[in-house]
Amino acid sequence: MSALTFSAKHETAQRVDMSPLVCQLLKDMSLADIAAIELQNGKRKIRVDELFDISGEDSQDIIIINNSYAKLDFIGKELASGRMTVQGEAGAYFGMGMKSGELLADGSVGLYAACEMKNGLLTIKGDAGDFLGAALPGNKQGMKGGTVLVKGNVGQRAGDHMRRGVMLIEGNAGDYCGSRMIAGTIAVMGSTGRFLGYAMQRGTILLWKQPQLSATFNDCGSHTLAFLPILFKSFTSFDSKFAKESVTFNRVRRFGGDMAEKGRAEVLVKLQNEEQNAAFSAASFS
Amino acid sequence: MIINGVSIDETFAEAFPMKATRAIITAQNQKWAMISAQAMTGFATSVIACGCEAGIERILDPSETPDGRPGVSVLIFAMGGKGLAKQLETRAGQCVLTSPTSALFAGIDEGLQIPLGKNLRYFGDGFQIAKKIAGKRYWRVPVMDGEFLTEATTGRVDAVGGGNFLVLAESQPQALEACEAAIVEMKKVPNVIMPFPGGVVRSGSKIGSKYPALGASTNDAFCPTLKGVTKTDLSPEIESVMEIVIDGLTKEDIDKAMRVGIQAVCELGAENGIKRISAGNYGGKLGPFHFHLQEIMA
Repeated sequence: MSALTFSAKHETAQRVDMSPLVCQLLKDMSLADIAAIELQNGKRKIRVDELFDISGEDSQDIIIINNSYAKLDFIGKELASGRMTVQGEAGAYFGMGMKSGELLADGSVGLYAACEMKNGLLTIKGDAGDFLGAALPGNKQGMKGGTVLVKGNVGQRAGDHMRRGVMLIEGNAGDYCGSRMIAGTIAVMGSTGRFLGYAMQRGTILLWKQPQLSATFNDCGSHTLAFLPILFKSFTSFDSKFAKESVTFNRVRRFGGDMAEKGRAEVLVKLQNEEQNAAFSAASFS
Repeated sequence: MIINGVSIDETFAEAFPMKATRAIITAQNQKWAMISAQAMTGFATSVIACGCEAGIERILDPSETPDGRPGVSVLIFAMGGKGLAKQLETRAGQCVLTSPTSALFAGIDEGLQIPLGKNLRYFGDGFQIAKKIAGKRYWRVPVMDGEFLTEATTGRVDAVGGGNFLVLAESQPQALEACEAAIVEMKKVPNVIMPFPGGVVRSGSKIGSKYPALGASTNDAFCPTLKGVTKTDLSPEIESVMEIVIDGLTKEDIDKAMRVGIQAVCELGAENGIKRISAGNYGGKLGPFHFHLQEIMA
């Protein structure tokens, strides 16, 4: 069976709510029924076949071809099974509340990607907007599980109110990364902005580069942490820089904070130019 | 049945159902992983008074351990699930948490999950950190040498305890030599432990006693010094009897361990003073698992 493919016919002036087009909702539906689904487009409703050419039949493997058109919001909302791929860009709320399965965007995505995500693997090959994996405004808990992998850069407030799960960022992160984080792990290979871990309660921010830390994060010294090899081993199946043994390490400088909050969170920074880290990278996964 | 001059009795060893789990201890080097494992499995020869039976299953190469450090796998057996959980937690807390550079992981994923480090985390006094990695929950407990890493739970499975065989020899040194040879081979079998000191027990017991308070007492039928004063099971030339007790995750594991153990004893043969192999048979009163010696060696 070939993947159920939606190819955008044209660009709409208003944003489109794509939440009805997820694997579990399209299961056992005929192409005619799928074509007749109405999507919210600004103030009006628009039929799926008005917006997309539809081909293929496997509703557990959905491809959305949007020709670099970033007004498609809520793609993969509450995805509970199967795989969805976006060839192009995605709008806001990409993978919001995702429960299981795999979601992939070839291009960049907008605000609130992976917000309140519960489980599964969400991959963004481009950049992500602000509030990646965050809580919706007014809600108290952001991402609660699963893995988010971003190959590009992310905006501000990544992991805001994050509760559990792993966020892997190959590029740079904006200001307030990990702000108000309740728990979980954020790893950033690139640089981080100002106010890292602002009001962070628990959780780990793992960094390859020395950040600009606020005065409420205290230096706890250099350490060898036994959980890091296990964490890195769990990344080996990903198509990512994080899977490469050359990036792994187990020697870090630990900063505890945010002392203006509970102070049980940590920022772990790779110790640069340490022989032990170099030897560890060479030996790991061998 | 006679193998290399050693008579194999037409009898069976009786074993009983137990609950078991496996834990993996790692450390900075093999020496300290072994020290921790030895402490954890100490005073765990028999459920009669130790609360559990535990032993070192095998040494683990760094490539086999979750954190890539040298390790040791230990098996712990108890009569019930609650007892097993209590023993595991107590031993992990006092013997592994306390041991320098150690980390503790689950050795069995399936089965009912019982606490491994789940409650030890409270030693962290609020500074402990949970990490859920690849579906497994770990606890990082700050300790004076750095951080104690432990998996939250390990799997509990149904197992078999009390598989055994008796080595009857013409002298005490010959019985011991034969048992040592057996243990060397049996230690190569996975999923089993021989919980007694060095794997060998010289004080095999029978069920019951003339003293009402005691549930077990010396197996007088196999005591060579009582040959003339009790209903003995020994012929005149037998001067020493030693027993090897085996606990295993399955009956098949015990079968295999008994086979290689008896084979090693028989290789020494009658010329080295080994006369008979027998087993602790309690007339079906002890347990539902029966290990027929001649079937195992057939």
